[in-house]
Amino acid sequence: MDKQKYIEDIKDIKDIMDRSTKFISLSGVSGIITGVLALIAVYIAYNIVYADQNYLVDRIAILSVEKLMLLFGIASVTIISSILLGLLFTSKKARKNNQKLWDSQAKRFYLSLAIPLCSGGILCIILLLKGYVGLVAPLTLIFYGLALVNGSHNTLSEIKSLGIIEIVLGLLSIYYIGYGLLFWAAGFGLMHIVYGTFMHFKYGS
Amino acid sequence: MKDILDDLNKAFENKVRLGIMSALVVNKQVDFNTLKDLLSVTDGNLASHLKSLESKEYIEVYKLFVGRKPKTNYKATSSGKKAFRKHIKAIEQLLK
Repeated sequence: MDKQKYIEDIKDIKDIMDRSTKFISLSGVSGIITGVLALIAVYIAYNIVYADQNYLVDRIAILSVEKLMLLFGIASVTIISSILLGLLFTSKKARKNNQKLWDSQAKRFYLSLAIPLCSGGILCIILLLKGYVGLVAPLTLIFYGLALVNGSHNTLSEIKSLGIIEIVLGLLSIYYIGYGLLFWAAGFGLMHIVYGTFMHFKYGS
Repeated sequence: MKDILDDLNKAFENKVRLGIMSALVVNKQVDFNTLKDLLSVTDGNLASHLKSLESKEYIEVYKLFVGRKPKTNYKATSSGKKAFRKHIKAIEQLLK
């Protein structure tokens, strides 16, 4: 009786079930890079928002239209470069895993992410246009978290807990409104770095 | 011990056939090319293993056209799923 053969069979079965249903090629490195980019962006944004304001005394940020446009620009550049770098590292890993960046598992994963993410994004743009700037930071965190929880069924299971953490951070930042940038730094910066590092060591690059 | 060995299914002893069934029990249907990529096997090799599973009625074939291109989808039959589950259970028993 060859036990080793059956242990290997079970491993194969699990591997194929995972690869045929889930997008398992998320790269840890791309998480770390996204996190660092987010921290840099928040740092720049912080300096723009709170320049010439005595924020230790009263934490009210008065934003001119120019400043808002500048912040919007920073946010767009950060999001686009994060997505591009994320795709780059993920495609490298997908090649190693013998998966494609655009197969049915990946599509399922992207779609499950996209639905909550797009609804949240549109909501935030509407709020911005109506002038509710302060609500944007918490809501982006909450919707990002919901997207991750939703997408986690189609990818590595750790993503679910990351999503829940993002939702909690988002809710906290509604309670402590006015500290949105700090919660952004924690949610999009710190958590991505922590999870990216963890995934990198657990699943390899 | 004897019973467990009876439950092991010869049809799933081969790595390719084991792989095909693993993919088909967790997906509604999988097409030929996806299976090929998933298992990293040649067309001929995959086709012959699919035929043998088909002849045992563990899987079903659906042919359709996407535009002008023919596409072949495979599904696990309920008896195929049952047999595969039995096979996995037997392996688990053996490894206990």
